[in-house]
Amino acid sequence: MAATAPERSKRSPFIVELYRSALGKKYVMAITGIVGLGYVLAHMIGNLKLYQSAEDFNLYAETLRELLYPIAPEGLVLNLLRGVLILALVGHVVAAAQLTAMNRRARPESYRSKRDYVAADFAARTMRWTGVIVLLFLFYHLADLTWAVTPLHEAGDTVYDRVLNSFNNPASAGFYILANLALGFHLYHGVWSLFQSMGWNNRRFNHWRRTLAVAFTVVVIGGNLSFVIAVLTGVIS
Amino acid sequence: MNLTLRVWRQAGPDAPGRFETYEARDVSPDSSFLEMLDLVNEDLIAQGEVPIEFMHDCREGICGTCGMMINGQAHGPQALTATCQLHMRTFSDGDEIVLEPWRATGFPIIKDLVVDRSAFDRIIESGGYVTVDTNSAPDANLIPIPKETADLAMDAAACIGCGACVAACPNGAAQLFTSAKVAQLNMLPQGQAERYDRAEHMVEVMEEHFGSCTNMGECEAACPKGISIDFIAMMNKDYRKAKFRGRRSA
Amino acid sequence: MTVLDSRVPDGPLATKWEDHKFDMKLVNPNNKRKFEIIVVGTGLAGASAAATLGELGYRVKAFTYHDSARRAHSIAAQGGINAAKNYHGDGDSVYRLFYDTIKGGDYRSREANVHRLAEVSNNIIDQCVAQGVPFAREYGGLLDNRSFGGAQVSRTFYARGQTGQQLLLGAYQALSRQVKAGSVELHTNQEMLELVVVDGHAVGIVTRDLVTGEITRHSAHAVVLGTGGYSNAFYLSTMAMSCNATAIWRAHRKGAFFANPCYTQIHPTAIPSSDEFQSKLTLMSESLRNDGRIWVPKDPDESRAVADIPEQDRDYYLERKYPSFGNLAPRDISSRAAKVVVDEGRGVGPLKNGVYLDFADAISRLGREAVADKYGNLFDMYERITGENPYEVPMRIYPAPHYTMGGLWVDYHLQTTIPGLFAIGEANFSDHGANRLGASALMQGLADGYFVLPYTIGDYLAPQLGQPKVEVTAPEFDEAEAEVRGRIDHYLGVGGSRSVDWFHRELGKILWDYCGMGRNQAGLEKALSEIPALREEFESDVRVLGSAESLNSSLEKVGRVADTFELAELMCRDALTREESCGGHFREEHQTEEGEAQRDDENFAHVTAWEWSGDSASPNEHREALVYEEVQLTTRSYK
Ligand SMILES: Cc1cc2nc3c(=O)[nH]c(=O)nc-3n(C[C@H](O)[C@H](O)[C@H](O)COP(=O)(O)OP(=O)(O)OC[C@H]3O[C@@H](n4cnc5c(N)ncnc54)[C@H](O)[C@@H]3O)c2cc1C
Ligand code: HEM
Ligand code: HEM
Ligand code: SF4
Ligand code: F3S
Ligand code: FES
Repeated sequence: MAATAPERSKRSPFIVELYRSALGKKYVMAITGIVGLGYVLAHMIGNLKLYQSAEDFNLYAETLRELLYPIAPEGLVLNLLRGVLILALVGHVVAAAQLTAMNRRARPESYRSKRDYVAADFAARTMRWTGVIVLLFLFYHLADLTWAVTPLHEAGDTVYDRVLNSFNNPASAGFYILANLALGFHLYHGVWSLFQSMGWNNRRFNHWRRTLAVAFTVVVIGGNLSFVIAVLTGVIS
Repeated sequence: MNLTLRVWRQAGPDAPGRFETYEARDVSPDSSFLEMLDLVNEDLIAQGEVPIEFMHDCREGICGTCGMMINGQAHGPQALTATCQLHMRTFSDGDEIVLEPWRATGFPIIKDLVVDRSAFDRIIESGGYVTVDTNSAPDANLIPIPKETADLAMDAAACIGCGACVAACPNGAAQLFTSAKVAQLNMLPQGQAERYDRAEHMVEVMEEHFGSCTNMGECEAACPKGISIDFIAMMNKDYRKAKFRGRRSA
Repeated sequence: MTVLDSRVPDGPLATKWEDHKFDMKLVNPNNKRKFEIIVVGTGLAGASAAATLGELGYRVKAFTYHDSARRAHSIAAQGGINAAKNYHGDGDSVYRLFYDTIKGGDYRSREANVHRLAEVSNNIIDQCVAQGVPFAREYGGLLDNRSFGGAQVSRTFYARGQTGQQLLLGAYQALSRQVKAGSVELHTNQEMLELVVVDGHAVGIVTRDLVTGEITRHSAHAVVLGTGGYSNAFYLSTMAMSCNATAIWRAHRKGAFFANPCYTQIHPTAIPSSDEFQSKLTLMSESLRNDGRIWVPKDPDESRAVADIPEQDRDYYLERKYPSFGNLAPRDISSRAAKVVVDEGRGVGPLKNGVYLDFADAISRLGREAVADKYGNLFDMYERITGENPYEVPMRIYPAPHYTMGGLWVDYHLQTTIPGLFAIGEANFSDHGANRLGASALMQGLADGYFVLPYTIGDYLAPQLGQPKVEVTAPEFDEAEAEVRGRIDHYLGVGGSRSVDWFHRELGKILWDYCGMGRNQAGLEKALSEIPALREEFESDVRVLGSAESLNSSLEKVGRVADTFELAELMCRDALTREESCGGHFREEHQTEEGEAQRDDENFAHVTAWEWSGDSASPNEHREALVYEEVQLTTRSYK
């Protein structure tokens, strides 16, 4: 009897089909992760204007809003970008939650004796937690700088002022540092991991994956932390 | 040498389990880990206690039957070594050794250190073969296969189905086991016809039983055959392509 | 004593099988699904048979006591598989493979079977490659071969040091495909404990679920046993721990004749045991003999470190005694030669129980890289077990029980003396005579399973078309089940003082001492008195704890060891009866002046097949005469 491949049952649209599987969710994690990577890198680079002057920085924040204006209505492009970011974030978090639930079911009882990990590093084992910290940070960050409703310190009129006020407040600055460290761990594993998840595997470049992850993390987190430190040490004032 | 063992004892699938402490005395450093357990069992039998059940058969590291968590590591501390090939010279006199069964929903405990790994068979049944009836094969040398491909396929094919990858994976994922078979067959010319169906079916059956991979790499470290997580990436790629193809052919 | 009919078809040897395939009765494809077949064992032989029968359309029930069909002992075969492909143009042919196998078996095998084996050997390679078995290849992409003990041509196909694994996985995967397709029902963790015979025909089995303890009856139109060999009778052997003879022994007790039980193969290259608690011996692949040189010091009192022993004080005894085959002399010959030097007190290692297998020359000739490429995993394995690095110090090896040429007697159709009961693979006695050549067991297992049994079983089934299978409610099933339950209750109830393993080890020692590499009348008679005595002790003093309703490995073992006791007696009796030396059977009374085996073709060119008489002390002897039409019986010479 040669019958092997079972009949294909009626298929849902392929995206739905794909997402139904855990591997599909992993692709979502990876692709939304890549969107996030692009954002944090660009955001860090944009923020370098902090080192130029308050005017430049405020202008930059303004320009973002007027991106492609007058071709598109004011704020449209930014809002579109925001939409993509929000979608990506929601996708990333929902997929993460579903996969985590699945993995809990796959090992409901943990080992009674102490596990001795050989390969899984701290970053890999704490993705969920560093992710949650970053998520909490995002809410705070938006409240802090975009909506200007932070409880920790005075807001400020311009974006530049708000950044300075925020980083001059020890609690707020501390949270920024902590969150960026968390993001750092998240990126260190995430950037490497997405190659595996996407199946981008080639023995010629495989050994570069870790290097890339380290480089990316150092650049983004190094940049971000430098702003906080620069404010705290008075380099920017 | 003398050792203290803390062994997980569980009378049956639904019975509660607990650690029991046993002494292993006068163990020869040249003996294998399982021979040490044999000795403990002989003692237990002499005392009228039910011996510890553990899995084993070939005792040569090839059948994949043996396996347990030894001090928090699947197959114990020595890399590239199945439990049966672990020798007591790896331990020191006076050590305490903690033994636990593999733990994963896909591997229910049967008794003591013995688990049920039939989920692996379900994965293979779902596509881990080349469809070729006996007597229908062309001459073996008809299709030359580059040595490099054949060697890589053999690297993947070396999997012994022991389950250490699942046991070691913090997510209880069976990605390494599944990908080893998918990669072996999908790499070879003989496996091309069913390449994408194979990836699709095997992944989906795998996911019915096991967790999902977050690229921890513990599996590779625990694997007695050193199966590489590169194969996981290869499987992920073929699965994605399978879905794209599926969309086109639907 | 009756003379057995091997049902070898007439006609010229070269075309017997092809002609016979045409002559056999066929089951029409649509009718195949009306037949149920039980296959016990999912090793190379069982899995390949079950898969092929399933493909053909039969309804197959396959059984294994393993937790998965992938774990059968076949998985451990390291070296390779022979085939007469002659891909390397070194003069190999079906006839040469046939001839080598007959000669290697010391002229104690059936010509027609061996020729058929050589014929289908090529199909096996084709089949396995198509399944995706990653055989070793050359840079050009074509299949690589190596030469293997006892052959002067390169005809051995291999997959690193894991050939058996890869072939078994291929068969297991083919089987899995049929499981998925619904043509094979696979029962894992099920041990066959009894064969059921109704009106002289095999119709079913009784099994115990090793996990739940449940006893179940299964019936079918035919039963196939592919349950492997019985080397574990020796306790210490290279076999997997759970290998045992229960399936074939139960069949023997139900009327299947047991052929040549004394033909056991002692493999020359196992790692010597390191202490008395050792549970099994590990084989180092015979392929190592291609590049390793075997020697011992000339002086029994040699005390220098290995490296300091100069060439002139080393005895490369195989090269000395057998100049043309040297280190590649067949297994029985190499094993005995090792025993001779160790008995002379020239053994090496802490217990002086081994000989050196030295790679120093190969490493200096080929380079460490090349040696690692060929044997790396074997060297690693050796180091893991012994703690010694074979790149630096020579390996130590010693012979160990490894394979059993004896087994259930089968005719040309692979049918035992019970109609409807077939035996394949190592479980039957068929193709290797008194000694099996390296890389030929895998070949035979797959030949039987893929290419022979699926045809011959049709010849048995065809006339039964329309007859329903016997129901499991038949009284014979009641009896068989009662028998099984009785044994379990008995052993759980003995409440003695010694473990099963203790008895097994003691039994193994007796066999090894008196029915091992060298045998003589006095020793065999001693064994025949000691075994029943030990067995009596076993019956009254064995201790099996735990219950029958859950996983209980002591309970599994006790039944197997009980059967082994009876088999061990038969092995000794057969060895005593065979008053000649041939292949793996070396009767010390029958040797040449140079200490080589001396056959007696006049009186012993036959298969001895034993019939169970109800009492292990007095089995009935039967014979199958071995008629050689094609080859000339000569004295084997590997000098
Ligand atoms: C270490 C080693 C290396 C070897 N290397 C080579 C080599 O390189 N080349 C070569 O040609 N040969 C080699 N051999 C020999 C060869 O591996 C075996 O002869 C061959 O694999 C036997 O296959 P089989 O299918 O007959 O039996 P097995 O593989 O032993 O399978 C037996 C099956 O029967 C089942 N079974 C047994 N009894 C029962 C029961 N009562 N109830 C239910 N199921 C049962 C088992 O579960 C198993 O599935 C080697 C052998 C050893 C020990
Ligand atoms: C700026 C924000 C973020 C970026 C740039 C980011 C980036 C990434 C990347 C690149 C991956 C790897 C994807 C893969 O291998 O498949 C990843 C994985 C993951 N992320 Fe995020 N992430 C972000 C926020 C979050 C948040 C808010 C959460 C959770 C609340 C989260 C949870 C996870 C988890 C659980 C994983 C899976 C780990 C793994 O696959 O190894 N991430 N992230
Ligand atoms: C220390 C480093 C950082 C600085 C100085 C900084 C600064 C800013 C500033 C000035 C804005 C603009 C507010 C506005 O125009 O209203 C902003 C917006 C934002 N930042 Fe940051 N940021 C930092 C780190 C991060 C990190 C690590 C993340 C993500 C994980 C992040 C995510 C965002 C998002 C999502 C917005 C909102 C963009 C929008 O308006 O849609 N920022 N940040
Ligand atoms: S991949 Fe490695 S650890 Fe997993 S089953 Fe195979 S051999 Fe065992
Ligand atoms: S350890 Fe687990 S997370 Fe993936 S890489 Fe291995 S399966
Ligand atoms: S017992 Fe076979 S791999 Fe360990």
